[in-house]
Amino acid sequence: MKCHVGIDLGSTTTKAVVLDCEQRVLGRGITNSRSNYDVACAIARAEAFANVRLTLCARSLADFNLSEAERVSFLAHLEQSYKLSQHRARLDTLGAQLAEEAPSVEKLFVGSELSGAVREIMDLFMKSAESLFAPGAPKRSDFFRDTATSQYHQFAQRIASPPRRSFEALMAVFDKSILKVENNEYEVPFDRGAGPAIDRALATSGIAAHRESPRLRETLAGLFTLTIDAVASVGTGYGRARLPFPKEQIRSEILCHGLGAHQLFPATATVLDIGGQDTKAIQVDDRGIVTSFQMNDRCAAGCGRYLGYIADEMNLGLHELSPIAEQAKRPVKISSTCTVFAGAEIRDRLTLGQKREDVLAGLHRAVILRALSLLARSGGVKNEFTFTGGVAKNATAVRILKDLIVKNYGNITMNVSADSIYTGALGAALFAARSAPKLEKAAV
Amino acid sequence: MTIATPLKDASQERQKAMIAEHFHKLAVAHETGRKAVYTFVPGNLTELLLTFDLLPVLPEINALQSGMRQKSGDYVQKAEKMGHSEDVCAYVKCDIGMLHSGNIGPTGERLPSPDLLLLSYTGCFTFLKWFELLKEEYKAPVAMLHVPYQSEGRITPTMRDYVVKQLKEVIIPALERISGKKYDEEKLRHHLALSAKAEDDLVHVLETAKRRPSPIDAYFGAVYYVGPIFSSFRGTTDAVEYYQLLRAEIDERVARGEGPVTPDGAMGPERYRLVVEGPPNWTSFRELWKMFYLEGAVVVASTYTKVGGVYDDGFRHDPSRPLESLADYCLGCYTNRNLRARSDMLIKYVKDYDADGFLVHSIKSCDSFSAGQLLILNQVEKATGRPGGFFESDLVDPRYFSAANIKNRVESYLQMIEQRRAAGAVR
Amino acid sequence: METPVNAAAGDPTESLRTALVERADALYRDVDFNCIREWKLQNGGAKAVGFLPIYAPREIIHAAGMLPVGVLGGGDAVEIVKGDACFQSYICHLPRSVVELGLNGALDCLDGMIFPSTCDVIRNLSGMWQILFPNCYVKYLDMPQNYQNHIGGEFFERELSLLIDDLEKLGGERATPQRLRHSIALYNENRRLVEELYKLRIHAPWTVPSSELYLIVRAGMLLPVEEHNKLCKQYIDAVRASARRPMDMARVVLRGCFCEQPPLDLIKTLERSGCYIVDDDWMIVSRWIDGDVSTEGDPLANLVQAFLQRSPACPSLYLQKGKKGDALVEATRDARAEGVIFSAPSFCDPALLDQPMTLAAVKNAQIPCTSFLFAENTGQFQTIREQAGTFADAIKLS
Repeated sequence: MKCHVGIDLGSTTTKAVVLDCEQRVLGRGITNSRSNYDVACAIARAEAFANVRLTLCARSLADFNLSEAERVSFLAHLEQSYKLSQHRARLDTLGAQLAEEAPSVEKLFVGSELSGAVREIMDLFMKSAESLFAPGAPKRSDFFRDTATSQYHQFAQRIASPPRRSFEALMAVFDKSILKVENNEYEVPFDRGAGPAIDRALATSGIAAHRESPRLRETLAGLFTLTIDAVASVGTGYGRARLPFPKEQIRSEILCHGLGAHQLFPATATVLDIGGQDTKAIQVDDRGIVTSFQMNDRCAAGCGRYLGYIADEMNLGLHELSPIAEQAKRPVKISSTCTVFAGAEIRDRLTLGQKREDVLAGLHRAVILRALSLLARSGGVKNEFTFTGGVAKNATAVRILKDLIVKNYGNITMNVSADSIYTGALGAALFAARSAPKLEKAAV
Repeated sequence: MTIATPLKDASQERQKAMIAEHFHKLAVAHETGRKAVYTFVPGNLTELLLTFDLLPVLPEINALQSGMRQKSGDYVQKAEKMGHSEDVCAYVKCDIGMLHSGNIGPTGERLPSPDLLLLSYTGCFTFLKWFELLKEEYKAPVAMLHVPYQSEGRITPTMRDYVVKQLKEVIIPALERISGKKYDEEKLRHHLALSAKAEDDLVHVLETAKRRPSPIDAYFGAVYYVGPIFSSFRGTTDAVEYYQLLRAEIDERVARGEGPVTPDGAMGPERYRLVVEGPPNWTSFRELWKMFYLEGAVVVASTYTKVGGVYDDGFRHDPSRPLESLADYCLGCYTNRNLRARSDMLIKYVKDYDADGFLVHSIKSCDSFSAGQLLILNQVEKATGRPGGFFESDLVDPRYFSAANIKNRVESYLQMIEQRRAAGAVR
Repeated sequence: METPVNAAAGDPTESLRTALVERADALYRDVDFNCIREWKLQNGGAKAVGFLPIYAPREIIHAAGMLPVGVLGGGDAVEIVKGDACFQSYICHLPRSVVELGLNGALDCLDGMIFPSTCDVIRNLSGMWQILFPNCYVKYLDMPQNYQNHIGGEFFERELSLLIDDLEKLGGERATPQRLRHSIALYNENRRLVEELYKLRIHAPWTVPSSELYLIVRAGMLLPVEEHNKLCKQYIDAVRASARRPMDMARVVLRGCFCEQPPLDLIKTLERSGCYIVDDDWMIVSRWIDGDVSTEGDPLANLVQAFLQRSPACPSLYLQKGKKGDALVEATRDARAEGVIFSAPSFCDPALLDQPMTLAAVKNAQIPCTSFLFAENTGQFQTIREQAGTFADAIKLS
């Protein structure tokens, strides 16, 4: 199976997009960026490849004599089941790592006995795994690290009994282990991952008894073991220079976001991307070619990272900011968007009795105002306008931006894709696809 | 400028020797009975100082040298510890920090204290404050020359009269007092004639960048070329000879069809021709240059090389009207021109030098350059249809140079030009 | 308002004072310059000319039959989008809000704009205005840095004559010597009234809260001078009748706000934290000339003379005579102040480059001092309150 891959190595997350020969999206993958860029890149790609296999499975279902309802149900079960397999495989790695680290931490916490405790925690993990991936389970972070951290925290609190099993000591074991776990995981082998997942999905969805079942099992097994061959890869993003790619396979984020936004919404004329470290305002022509751009200046006030600081300061997850901000009745006016002072300003305001939601709404507005200035700097907003990047997932940011765009530029179509975080990687993949013939020739 | 030079041409060796000699003269100035006059690059009155056998010292050059020698960071922080604000010009803080660290100049020799601070207030408000500060530090006398701003884009007789009058009644008497010599206009004419000669050759060199490939880099490379004429050597035979040498060398490169020389040797094929607005960064000068030349990007024209005087629009120091031409020189310096004039200059450069685009390097220290640059960017983009780019750092405060950020912007910018070019070819 | 007020409610002089301050406050909040539009309507479409800090020859504008209008920025009331698009993060806040107001149309009522040579930012803003608003008359006013009559004086006189010609062409009247003398007399009176207010504050700061004084003087940036003189007189009368009593507060001089203006809440914060501001440099244009400008003889020459000889020691002007900071030490003594607060706008070159020198002079004179930065849109004053409070306490204890 030949494909084209785009990787967007951002400051917060690394994204991968896989395209087929017709430049259709086959799969997407995302992971936390980390100090080891090669690993972040490999994991994002592995995630995307796993996603590709699910896409191929979905496509292949058309060849089977199943009702639409059966197809939908089976696919949902397969996806959850496959994710569960991956999750379990990671838990195995985590368990092994915890067992390995426990003795060294015991030495640091005199009188502690931790090996038994981490085994108990792992049991709790395994028991809860299935419910995490049951259909209708509550939404959670896409990243194993986040899920594992919050669960471990909870379990460690539950079983802590100092001095033998102090909470701090248990957390120390985890902190030492999780880094290695997240840097270690690649594609899960078929017999531990997709194999059991297919069987489980067949069983739980009720297709197991279907006469198509054996052929389906065989086809899916084939798809899950299929060799995926990335004919061409292009990297982009803040850390692109550190990607294990030759120079000609690297494109700037600007070009990739421009092209990616054009692909998602072909009438795009202006793109705003608010990422972790950078905010970019990009003007593109009718082919997605960048005609001008501006990036935020030295001040990081208008970037995603600013919201990250806010979340840290308020002890919230990034994804919790918007739902709280949306509760605001009287948003406060934040004048200083200086990241350095953000923490102090928030504490001040909360001490003064201002409501958390009102402060948050004000902070969102401040971020968007900065972005709006950058848009003005780049030549304004033209129709259509596409908003991309991590912050485009934030409903409050989207709402405020829309208001301000209408106020300043009139009636403009504003596009926000659910997959907006992948825009840069999509653009990179398109560049890969364009360069592919050349690469193939070079290979000959 | 004694920038540790990668360009080992004869002209560069010559420049190095000139600078070494000058700083040595400064080091022994007070022992040898000579007087040092501190003044600024824009609006410097070197010919007049030479007329009185006075030795010029240019604190801006010392600061940029400290930047290149990686000493400015400590100097700036030293000044900040003494109460100077983080928000203000790093040149000033670097100078004050250096002064409080022994006042060792770029060649390792000590600089003399000023016998006079010649405050030629041309194109930059900070100059005024800078010498007020030095006045307190050194307890030295100040001679103030107020050069009005060309707010309407031209020099009016009122402005010229005002400057000439100050030269006659304030500056020359002050120089007479310090030097103990009478003003000798014939001598001034002699130096002005030498200036004009060197200026001819400099303009010739800068304009070779109109060729393809350009034999010079008119920003990073040209910083070396403008050194003598911007600092202590304008109006000397040394400068005349330096520019003759330089001109011959560049003409040879033209004849051989060669591109510019970089710190890593000859540059590869010319892929991008750019015009740059704004001063360079000195603390990471080479690193920044490298981001350009490794991509085959050559700067064909820049405004920074006009801060010490704009000569490519025809102005020359003129021995037949000595004081008037000094006045016109001061009034004409780049940062003394209004925003429209600056935009027009950039637009002309983009067209005349057939540039693919233009970049604004915005400097935190320098409001004179920076305030309004984004509007200039917008104007030039509109008038030329070529893409503009924007990145920022500082002169000599290393805390404001973020290599990763700048590289990201410069690279993105160059790739955009390439993409537009490729798309244009397809269409 | 928590401003220290200890007069009995229902006092008639207090209610008059409240009404005056409220009127001034309404003008302060009129960031869209509606009062100027109204003035123009009421005056048969007469012209209005804006000026930026720190100096403008208001007498000339007035003599041309026009209304001089101080454009001091949008304070904390204007949301900045287009202004930020034009300026990097390391440039002060004032030009952002001025550009924002301009591009939003709020300044359309101004037929001309004068940009004095305060600093490079305002200098370059004059060029931006030429580009952005080609229909607006733009004058960059180079204040002379040479104070000799026949050199700097002559230059300035020619500059001002040019302004007179320009304003006439712009559709005003010719500022004839006679008209000019009349205008000078009005502004002399204005300066005397403002000065009197400042003296009253020095004498009994509890009767002249600085937040009020600020608003009253600031009203002069928008009101015609005749009306502002009236307002000042009424306010002074109310102050004289005041029964307010002193409180235990520290007397301080405030320096650094001569261009970008401190938010009103900053002034209130300082008062609430125990400081009587007994001298300041905000809206320095109102007190630019020390004493009267002569109304005898050649009025233009008199204006120039007054500028050369009686301009304030201000960071934007080259200090030719005396030592840096002497004027501040003297002002501190004249105001019987116990300390100096340096309060400069972030990224203000004139104020911040000057500060090490003036601060050293103040310390040398053994006057306690403290410093902080602000921006016209600063919204949080917690740190400043604590700093100023500690400073005031330290002064009171010593």
